[in-house]
Amino acid sequence: MTKETANPIMEVKDLFFTYPNAPEPTLKGNNLTIYENKITAMIGPSGCGKSTLLRAMNRIHDLYAGCKYEGEINLRNLENNKMENTLNLKKENQLIGLRQKVGMIFQKPTPFPMSIYDNVAYGLRLKGIKSKSELDGRVEKALKEAAIWKEAKERLGHSAMGLSGGQQQRLCIARSVALKPEVLLFDEPTSALDPISTGAIEELISELKKDVTVVIVTHNMQQASRLSDYTTFMYLGDIIEFGNTEKIFLSPEQKLTEDYITGRFG
Amino acid sequence: MNRLILNKIILALSTLSAFVGIGFLFWILATLTYKGISSIQLSTFTNDLVEGGIRNLLVGQFMMALLATVVAVPLGVMAGIYLREYGGEKRMTMVIRNLSDIMTSAPSIVIGVFVFAFLVEPFGTFNGWAGSVALAIMMLPIIIGTTDNMLALVPKELREAGIALGGSKHKIVLQIVLKAAKVGVTTGILLSFARIIGETAPLLFTSANNQFFTMDMSGQFPSLTVSIYNLATYPDEASRELAWAASFILTAIVLFINLVGRFVTRNKH
Repeated sequence: MTKETANPIMEVKDLFFTYPNAPEPTLKGNNLTIYENKITAMIGPSGCGKSTLLRAMNRIHDLYAGCKYEGEINLRNLENNKMENTLNLKKENQLIGLRQKVGMIFQKPTPFPMSIYDNVAYGLRLKGIKSKSELDGRVEKALKEAAIWKEAKERLGHSAMGLSGGQQQRLCIARSVALKPEVLLFDEPTSALDPISTGAIEELISELKKDVTVVIVTHNMQQASRLSDYTTFMYLGDIIEFGNTEKIFLSPEQKLTEDYITGRFG
Repeated sequence: MNRLILNKIILALSTLSAFVGIGFLFWILATLTYKGISSIQLSTFTNDLVEGGIRNLLVGQFMMALLATVVAVPLGVMAGIYLREYGGEKRMTMVIRNLSDIMTSAPSIVIGVFVFAFLVEPFGTFNGWAGSVALAIMMLPIIIGTTDNMLALVPKELREAGIALGGSKHKIVLQIVLKAAKVGVTTGILLSFARIIGETAPLLFTSANNQFFTMDMSGQFPSLTVSIYNLATYPDEASRELAWAASFILTAIVLFINLVGRFVTRNKH
């Protein structure tokens, strides 16, 4: 699928992650490279650690006290092109900065209890943008990028709770895109949606990779194969195999990967 | 066949129990309405207690209740936020949560006596401030409890989504989570208000009562509930009629606030 040279934007190195009060780590020494402007899919059976790894990438785990990280998760600083370890960030401000660069979309659509406009403007306002005209412009642009402008433009002032599930999910994508992130993490973004909405979201994700790097956790192997450039297969907290999606699905090196992909377990 | 008969017996028994309960309730309401309405005149609302009306009592009751609300709402909501959003699973959180639950069912007379000991006795006079404080103490655990529970119903994904957009925790809690729980929290506040507006025991030893119209909360302060308690024991017919009228009006107010509370919740779910 991808023959041109790819540029790493994130590197996970020997990452161990332990949940609070858990006897042993959930992630056991993961190594993974995420390439810029590509879509990387993470697949594996339930409980294999794929969501845990994804949630480590923007340190959303830190919302809950007592999580332990060991190892490195490096993110390239686009200003000086140097890899910087995000696990060294300590202060809330630094974490906020990280999450503005590395956004996240969740399984269940999570519109805030406010208008469509305010949903998209929320993150921008947090970032300190106050000017009405700039907000207007960026909200419109984000809604267009998330392919929901047509449905939303007449009802920007209406509550976002009135949108359908698929529309809510696109709104959430618009909300993240508005911040111009470098990486977007999707945690099973379509598993709560009907097939038509799923199609719309997938199309949107393929469009997005022009501007942003995508990492997507999915249970749906067709989705991974349709959508992604790279696939990583995880099992019991280990990364078993990583490579071109085509290769992983057509000629995996590991027996375990093949068994999972052909549906022998999981 | 046996289980069909058993089913009929149980059904009959539970229907009967329900009717007994509802029957008494309607009896009370019917008596109250009949006696209350027949005793109400225009002068009931325009005169103070000393002239056979309840104007000063209504004003006094609402002043104390509103002041209690002003104190208890911010404290209660903030405490609820602490318990759910910041307390985590610390031992102290559990202790506060359990104590607050116990306080919900604390006998109101005990609260009255407690406030008497530290706000009435030292000053040598019954006063309206003490009444308000006693009512606020009654409201607090209810507001803490509902805020805590309503915040627990907000999906954690909503918090995570806020954090993932680059929000700080306190902003997410105040601007998103609390907003999502707004209806429930408001209902809790309304219900706690309905609860205290009809309380006698916390006022009995704190604000006591006053026959005259007053806005001075540092002295004895008028209230509907304590007056009903007093009036009902007087020998003259006029006083007892006034007690009926006051009881009816109080019940109507409580009912109305409860209905508003339910209406607000139903509209949103």
